[in-house]
Amino acid sequence: MHINNTHEEKESLTKRKSTLGIRLFFIYLLSYAGFVAIGVFQYELLSIPVLGGLNLALAYGIGLILFAVVLGIVYNYYCSRYEDEADQTEETQKGGTA
Amino acid sequence: MIYDISYTALFFFFVFVGLVIGLSFYFGRKTSSSSSYYAAGGNIHWAVNGIAFAGDYLSAASFLGICGMIAVSGFDGFLYAIGFLAGWIVALFLIAEPFKRLGKFTFTDALNAKFNSRAITLSASVSTLIVSVFYLIPQMVGAGDLVMPLLGLPHWAGVILVGTIVIIIVASAGMASTTYVQFLKGGLLIILSVVLTVYILKNGLTLTPDSKGEKYHSFMELTPQVADGKVTDVAGWEIIGQQVVGKKTFVKLAQDGVDRWFDFTQANNKPILKETLTVTQTADGNQLYNGEAREKRRFYQVGHMSKILVNGEEVDKTGPLGPFEFLSTLQESEIVRFLQVKFTDGPDQVSLYYPQVTAGETFMLPGLKYKIGRDSNLWSKLDFISLMLALFLGTAALPHILIRYYTVKTPRDARKSTILAIAAIGGFYILTLFMGLGAAVNGVLDVESSNMAAPLLARAFGAALFSIISAVAFATVLGTVAGLIVASSGAIAHDFIDVYLKKNLSDHKKVKAGKIAAFAVGIFAILLGMAFKGINVSFLVGWAFAIAASANLPAILFLLFWKRTSETGIAASIIVGIVASLTIILTSPTMWGRYGLDPANAIHQLENPALISFPLAVLTVYLVSILYPKRQKDATLVTS
Repeated sequence: MHINNTHEEKESLTKRKSTLGIRLFFIYLLSYAGFVAIGVFQYELLSIPVLGGLNLALAYGIGLILFAVVLGIVYNYYCSRYEDEADQTEETQKGGTA
Repeated sequence: MIYDISYTALFFFFVFVGLVIGLSFYFGRKTSSSSSYYAAGGNIHWAVNGIAFAGDYLSAASFLGICGMIAVSGFDGFLYAIGFLAGWIVALFLIAEPFKRLGKFTFTDALNAKFNSRAITLSASVSTLIVSVFYLIPQMVGAGDLVMPLLGLPHWAGVILVGTIVIIIVASAGMASTTYVQFLKGGLLIILSVVLTVYILKNGLTLTPDSKGEKYHSFMELTPQVADGKVTDVAGWEIIGQQVVGKKTFVKLAQDGVDRWFDFTQANNKPILKETLTVTQTADGNQLYNGEAREKRRFYQVGHMSKILVNGEEVDKTGPLGPFEFLSTLQESEIVRFLQVKFTDGPDQVSLYYPQVTAGETFMLPGLKYKIGRDSNLWSKLDFISLMLALFLGTAALPHILIRYYTVKTPRDARKSTILAIAAIGGFYILTLFMGLGAAVNGVLDVESSNMAAPLLARAFGAALFSIISAVAFATVLGTVAGLIVASSGAIAHDFIDVYLKKNLSDHKKVKAGKIAAFAVGIFAILLGMAFKGINVSFLVGWAFAIAASANLPAILFLLFWKRTSETGIAASIIVGIVASLTIILTSPTMWGRYGLDPANAIHQLENPALISFPLAVLTVYLVSILYPKRQKDATLVTS
């Protein structure tokens, strides 16, 4: 029935990874757009002191940079896990049919 | 600005350039096939590639441009750092892995992997070429700025120097060398920025930013006699004339036969004349700095604070500060910026830089360059959105960045490279904030070009640091220019001649064609570098990002995420993206200024095109794909 098993396995893995990527992308897009929107529509908010005496503009800006790194690490962690899981399933299936 | 040659800097400079060229020749001997010329044979370790990614990306725009713009316009320069980094998110989450699975050598190959369409080949290679050229301009401008204080050479000489060295590197080696050179340089740039930041924080803030061996110029303030808004008498000076420029009034005074300009303003409700800096282009072709010949050295570096407040108390200096303290103290204090106006004085052209006290609070908010708060209008707000959009979407669409996805073996490695790059670049960008602000208050700015803020700041802390940083910055430009020239020579030799014209070149001829193309692009870049002297390099890179985002990104995204995307749709979207963004750039206020016209009279007031050209390209790929669907080959396969 499933002659092309390995290939399908790979495709589902690709799909899992790209769904994760798209989700994380939208999370970041929203945070980034939030910064731009505050700048354009609620400029005054940017001067409010928030963190250690820093205004919102600085805190948000530095935060966006750090957030990108954090999301990158999260993405890599899950992608690697998905890949390992896919490898394992492949191996068990091979074992099962042998 | 007037600079002395620094021999220490010169020594390090030659050692570094020698090292770069030596490495290139070393790897060049290993390069024989076309695959190793273009993509280093797919054999590079992910960690090396990650730092090389960072090296590629941290070009003149990041180190010279962002620091410079922060030094001059405060937070607005940091917007570039935020946007440049955010762009990596698009690259990592949406493009990196699917792209790796698709392609071979170039961006064009990847776009065309499913279609094999000649229209895509042609439009994508044109787009690669145009984006690379626009990215090359700021690198060359930055190179020219760098060699001025380093070697005491004029701007054009620096541009030619970089162009020549890069042509030699690329023609002799290709991509393999640039990856390792970028790795070395990316790593060094980050380390040196940390060192510079430590210096800045250790130094703290002071009202008298004297640098090593050189006292900061103390700017004169004169008290005039005034009648009916006119200066009638100034003790010790002869009054020559008075000129109104916009809302400002400047007074020309003479002492010992030297003409100087003063800013006529009010302080504590009393009239006052503040010393300004001027560069006068006289009718007989001479250039006077503060009314005297260059050699007299009466022109000064600027950048100081007029008031430092620590916990509500005024102090003369703070001593060492922590990173948060540094930022928050600046926020509460007052910074003096020098703003430029241009006017004619009889037959002479005058560029005048006058001091403007700016509250730290304002300096640390967006709005000094991109007006979104006070003094904003619809155009300026649209311009801000457009810039942020271009920076966000541009990174993933830069051909010389994409080409690195092919230099590692697996998608897993490409991902790890990218994350390492994001971390390295992000860390560096946070440092640019300190380096830029440090330059703003340490009396090191050259009013004629903001691009040298970071290296000149290093000079204030010692010749050795300055020389090493300049050498690394120079290598930065070399590496980036080399990468760009490889990408554009690939577009011409591989995509256009080999694939589009179907010349079926032999491996040997393909490399030869690439080298000839590299030579041609190099010469072109040199000419453009001279033409755009004096513009902030980050600003120029903003354009390259906008063109890349408009021309390439809609095509890539639709190809990856929408099954009905057709080859005609892709080609049309690339063309529309290029034409729209180029048209808006070439009619922008900045270009108007370059043409010698008044920027205020430009056709529109939008400096960055992405807000219009990106949606237009998206619409094009969608509509054209529906109107001209792809050939039915796939559909018949599915139904059978």
